[in-house]
Amino acid sequence: MSVVKIPTVLRPQVGGNKEVELGGATVAEVVEALTVAYPSLRAQLLTEDGSLNRFVNVYVNGQDVRYLDGLATSVAERDEVRLLPAMAGGELREG
Amino acid sequence: MPKTYADLLREARSQIREVTPGDVDALPAGGATVIDVREDSEWEQGHLPGAVHISKSYVEQQIEGAVPDRDAPVVLYCAGGVRSLFAAQTLEQLGYTNVASMSGGFQAWKSAGLPWDKPVNLTSEQKQRYSRHLLIPEVGAEGQAKLLQSKALFIGAGGLGSPAALYLAAAGVGTIGIVDFDVVDLSNLQRQILHTNDRVGERKVESARKTINALNPDVNVVTHEEMLVADNVDRLITGYHVIIDGTDTFETRYLLNDAAVAKGIPVVHASVFRFEGQLTTFIPFEGPCYRCLYPTPPPPELAPGCSVAGVLGVVPGIMGMLQANEALKVLLGIGDTLAGRLLLFDALDSTFTELRLRRDPTCPVCSTEAIAARAEGRPLAVPVFAGGGATTGEPFVLGGPA
Repeated sequence: MSVVKIPTVLRPQVGGNKEVELGGATVAEVVEALTVAYPSLRAQLLTEDGSLNRFVNVYVNGQDVRYLDGLATSVAERDEVRLLPAMAGGELREG
Repeated sequence: MPKTYADLLREARSQIREVTPGDVDALPAGGATVIDVREDSEWEQGHLPGAVHISKSYVEQQIEGAVPDRDAPVVLYCAGGVRSLFAAQTLEQLGYTNVASMSGGFQAWKSAGLPWDKPVNLTSEQKQRYSRHLLIPEVGAEGQAKLLQSKALFIGAGGLGSPAALYLAAAGVGTIGIVDFDVVDLSNLQRQILHTNDRVGERKVESARKTINALNPDVNVVTHEEMLVADNVDRLITGYHVIIDGTDTFETRYLLNDAAVAKGIPVVHASVFRFEGQLTTFIPFEGPCYRCLYPTPPPPELAPGCSVAGVLGVVPGIMGMLQANEALKVLLGIGDTLAGRLLLFDALDSTFTELRLRRDPTCPVCSTEAIAARAEGRPLAVPVFAGGGATTGEPFVLGGPA
């Protein structure tokens, strides 16, 4: 099982969890397992043709998978997968 | 039998190796630590380039800090070559094995027509105010003078900008520009420590100016009470050496990124959300730019809803101070910035996580192709975003020719 770290902005879509443990030998398999468990994440993470959205970065052990093998990047047991969507808020202007 | 001064000098001459100004000038860069042992008032009149100043009276106390390796080559000089001989004896007593004294001292150096630096003269008040900076070799009087001549621009005088502006002002950054069109609201005061209770309703740029100048009157505060938009971004950022980004929409984030890359100005970026913060420094062409990181923003329906999210007040405080630290390193040219690294902070766990960022070789703003296209006056088209999400219209070229 690898650990997927969920940023605060996406936690409402995964039942408030800060991290989720999922199986999968590649980023694609981990993302698939995640979106099966939490279907509302699919539109956030994947385009209609199944590639990663450009406004969400995925890191395996701190390395951007776009510069590894993308969705085919292998994920080993206990690897840390981190999702990081682009966020607007610097100052979080109210209202 | 008591010795005379002449005896002591003779002994020192026989014991200490002497080198000429020409020998010292011929040393390769870093070939030896050159130490000026004259008094403060003499140093201030001029010194050898790259020399370290340790007055003869402080040699015993300060040499181990300046030269920890007792076998490292050290050259001492004074005004005429006598005090440096005695100081060199002291170093040999302390176990330094490779010490020389420059014969004829600074006078001979100048007579030989060799180059020398005149240190920046800080006022006595400035010397006192910045004394803790002057004590750090990496800053010193020259670094402090650099800060006093530096210009930092804040996009936003809010949660991130408040602590960052206070610390840059305290550090003596000579010009602080602030872009903010908002007024102080009571709900800002939980974290925006530039502002005060009696200034609710006042323009933020004015409130910021008062706080900054109350802390340090050396700082020239330039207020820009306007929203950063495509039409003014070039004008607003021109002339600044570093930009501290506290923007809160994708539209301004991309506008600022593209204009700053075109002008080669580093942007220290941070954002915060509840208990989390993230930080990086975008140094054009040295690391990635914001478009390398996120080529497109999310469509509005998928953009995380920041407007309803709160933030623990101390989180922008911490991230803003880390922004100030990055800005100071950029301005002083010291240390390693976060260019190419994204730092995540989790206040609940008290953990920092570092992610590796890379330049996108196909980036429409900072790639080799984009730089060449700008130089030829035909910048590559970049997607433009408004209202927090991607527009569906045709991309247009921002800013025109660089």
